[in-house]
Amino acid sequence: MTVRLQTEPFEPGALLAAFSSGRAETGAVVTFTGIARAAKGAVERLELEAYPGFTDAEIARMAEAAKARFALDDVLVVHRHGPIAPGEAIVFVATAASHRRAAFEAADQLMDYLKSRAPFWKKEHGPGGARWVEPTETDLRDAERWD
Amino acid sequence: MRVLLFGRLSDAAGWRERIVETPPATLSALRAMLAAEDSALGEALAGKGVQVAVDKAIVRGDAPLSAGAEVAFLAPMSGG
Repeated sequence: MTVRLQTEPFEPGALLAAFSSGRAETGAVVTFTGIARAAKGAVERLELEAYPGFTDAEIARMAEAAKARFALDDVLVVHRHGPIAPGEAIVFVATAASHRRAAFEAADQLMDYLKSRAPFWKKEHGPGGARWVEPTETDLRDAERWD
Repeated sequence: MRVLLFGRLSDAAGWRERIVETPPATLSALRAMLAAEDSALGEALAGKGVQVAVDKAIVRGDAPLSAGAEVAFLAPMSGG
């Protein structure tokens, strides 16, 4: 299991290639890539604040729990923090399991938890100024499906 | 002692991180000290959904603080 918090952009294709190589016994790899939205011009820049040492520990706890619950072979979470431009990837989740259902569900749960419960503080900068973002009702309900 | 503010709390205070040279012995004493210097920040720290981590572990209520502690006040989190 790997959890990485970084300010540098990443290439989802390269992460997938590295994650899925050499897995003769893994039947299924599922990945999710989250991309910063421009929201029709309302967001010019996203600023994601993390608490290194705390944020990554909490994500690792979520990833460990998903790994155990869905009997995964492996999990990878790469999450950016700092300034992020629309169109850039923010988060990459990969799950590896013997069968596809477990890999799909684990990635789904992990993303629902990351979107609503991961310790980040998100600020959107747009033409009208900056605003702090909190999880939407939908984000919160999505996460509760797995509790 | 290192004090860190996250999210909207650092906007309220105008700083993100500071070293406290005369570290209070408890979290409640630290809160009182920060509120005495900046009442708006004191209110923000006591606001709904604000959590505290001491040495990167969440604490609830009051807690003793060592002189070298890292105390982080966490505004409500946005998720990733």
